[in-house]
Amino acid sequence: MANMAQAVRMALHYAEENLGVTDVFGEDVGPPLGGVFTATQGLKTAWNSPLDERGIIGVAMGLAMAGQRPVAEIQFCDYIYNTIDLLKIAGNTCWCTNGDWNLPMVVKTPVGSGIRGSIYHSHSFDATATHIPGWKIVMPSTPLDAYGLMLSACQDDNPVLFLEPKALLRIKGDEPIPGEPADERALSKMIDAPLGDRSAWKPDWPALEPYFVPIGKARLVREGTTLSVVSYGRMLPLCVRAAAALAETGIRAEVIDLRSLWPYDWEAIRDSVEKTGKVLFVNEDTEVTNFGEHLLRRTVEELFYRLLAPPRLLAGKFVPGIGLADPLEAASVPQLSDITEAIRSLAAEQA
Amino acid sequence: MSERGPSRPRPQLVRAEGEGLGIDRELLVRMHELMVKARVLEERLIQMYKAGHGYFWIGGPGEEAFNVPLGLLMKRGQGPAYDYLHGHYRQSATLLALGEEPVGALRQMKNTATDPYSAGRNFAGHFTKRAWNIAPITSPIEVQYAIAPGTAMAQKRFGGDGITIVTGGDAGTAEGDFASCLVWSSRPGQELPILIIVTNNHWGISTAAATQQGAKSLADRGKAFGMRTASVDGNDVVGSYLALKEAFGYVRSERKPFLMEAMVSRLYGHSSASGANPVPGEVDCIATFEEQLEKGGILNRAAMVQVRERWTKEIGEAARRVRDEPMPAPESIWNNIYKERS
Repeated sequence: MANMAQAVRMALHYAEENLGVTDVFGEDVGPPLGGVFTATQGLKTAWNSPLDERGIIGVAMGLAMAGQRPVAEIQFCDYIYNTIDLLKIAGNTCWCTNGDWNLPMVVKTPVGSGIRGSIYHSHSFDATATHIPGWKIVMPSTPLDAYGLMLSACQDDNPVLFLEPKALLRIKGDEPIPGEPADERALSKMIDAPLGDRSAWKPDWPALEPYFVPIGKARLVREGTTLSVVSYGRMLPLCVRAAAALAETGIRAEVIDLRSLWPYDWEAIRDSVEKTGKVLFVNEDTEVTNFGEHLLRRTVEELFYRLLAPPRLLAGKFVPGIGLADPLEAASVPQLSDITEAIRSLAAEQA
Repeated sequence: MSERGPSRPRPQLVRAEGEGLGIDRELLVRMHELMVKARVLEERLIQMYKAGHGYFWIGGPGEEAFNVPLGLLMKRGQGPAYDYLHGHYRQSATLLALGEEPVGALRQMKNTATDPYSAGRNFAGHFTKRAWNIAPITSPIEVQYAIAPGTAMAQKRFGGDGITIVTGGDAGTAEGDFASCLVWSSRPGQELPILIIVTNNHWGISTAAATQQGAKSLADRGKAFGMRTASVDGNDVVGSYLALKEAFGYVRSERKPFLMEAMVSRLYGHSSASGANPVPGEVDCIATFEEQLEKGGILNRAAMVQVRERWTKEIGEAARRVRDEPMPAPESIWNNIYKERS
């Protein structure tokens, strides 16, 4: 099975061939490197940009204005912060011009911790991103969803932010990308750039098929009745593992992968919470004015009388950075043990 | 001539004194009319603000001599075959020169539902018109310099002779986006068809340029990137027209960047936040031009007065009509957040 980086690469290839994507660009995105996470190797429209995040976002906007369909990369979301007002303009252009202009553009950027990335390669961006109206924001937790969400992002006529949980980019999926060969070594031979001199290398793309994950649609990953766990990105597989382990103790946690942060699938959350009466929101961004707090507020306001216990949020600590040393990172963002404990504790709480 | 100081570079393409005005009479008359029309429009906008028919004024009185030729030289239309303009909020004269009706600006000032640029959402002077490749003008200073290379890149790819024009003020060249524009427009082997313009009025709101930037010439910044550059007297309409024509021609045919600095006036200060009152000591490009036209026997005083009176009447009547137009409906805040697929 393809890993998430390969899935993103295949989606971009499909989008270049079939969805009108004209540019995949950013720092080290083109040859020879093909992206620091290899997600853009071998793409025919990939090119390297100057080391200038504001230029990258600005040029993506200009290309989109002139009828192109760019996919721009910010190498790590930790470096996207100096583009915030351009992201704001990209998000408000359609509204400010009362529909005169729209910007069909995708910005992809790796987010989150889990690779020992220390202070400037571990940050999350979902809390900040969800403060910028006018964008659609997606964040996959599996290679297949990464493929399907990227196709939807490339097809959209509005700016879409594609957040890549960087610790999951090298993780293989359980479900194949439609069209990928059964043998993953064969896939690697076809689409992974060789080590050493790559100047003559060309990928041999498999016959990929369309697979669109609609933006705004969550996925019910695990059914349960005791409580609901709503998460996305890197935290999602940890939630699934915690739920599976706790099933042996009789706790049946339902796990929802939100997949889209904006617009998000409130119906999926509501239906689950109405069934279980308990909900835990999990993400790794800093916990103050965290997106999970919005979900929690809405849960309280709209579902209060269906709740059997106070809804909870498990998120990253509100500290200025994620330290390099293992104990520092583990103390800063939720770990499997934290999630397990949070589920156990919520399950045990009596109304 | 409208030289204002010894450090001011001389315009490059202006005819020598006593040689006539250097371009044909019909064009001179047309530019005069558009300059007056733009000035009358701006003065009406200021009046509307002062009468409480708008919350904020910002605009371009003092930039007409540069902005009118700019609009006249643009290739108007939609898509990469035509010119893109990434303007700033002192650009009304360019819009009028392109053929825009002044009533839209009045509607935006009055923030009516009929405001063609933003339906009551944005400040005066914040034009947009996709049908003519006019990119949305925004309030943040200089962001347009980071965006403009994108349309130019699409035009380079498209072929044809469409170019991108980006304009901004001198104070904002301190922002990194200006440097981004220079870098992205001049990547080796991938130079872009972009005319980068700085209208230099020597001020950033209340701060004198000379107290903040040590660069002797903003145009010279282009030289480090191998760009052709020019510094022009933006108060001289003939000189501006000829310099712009030269620059447009170069960018159109060579498909390479050109950086132009135009020295202009700021006749009513930064915006209504600083009072929107006439500022003494600033050169008025229309007064200068009218003296030239009279002296050159192109137009007599009575004809020029008549032009002003005609536009004053017409734009005044439009402003009165706009006064009674409805405000946007509260529920309209939810409209056009996204473009939906048709």
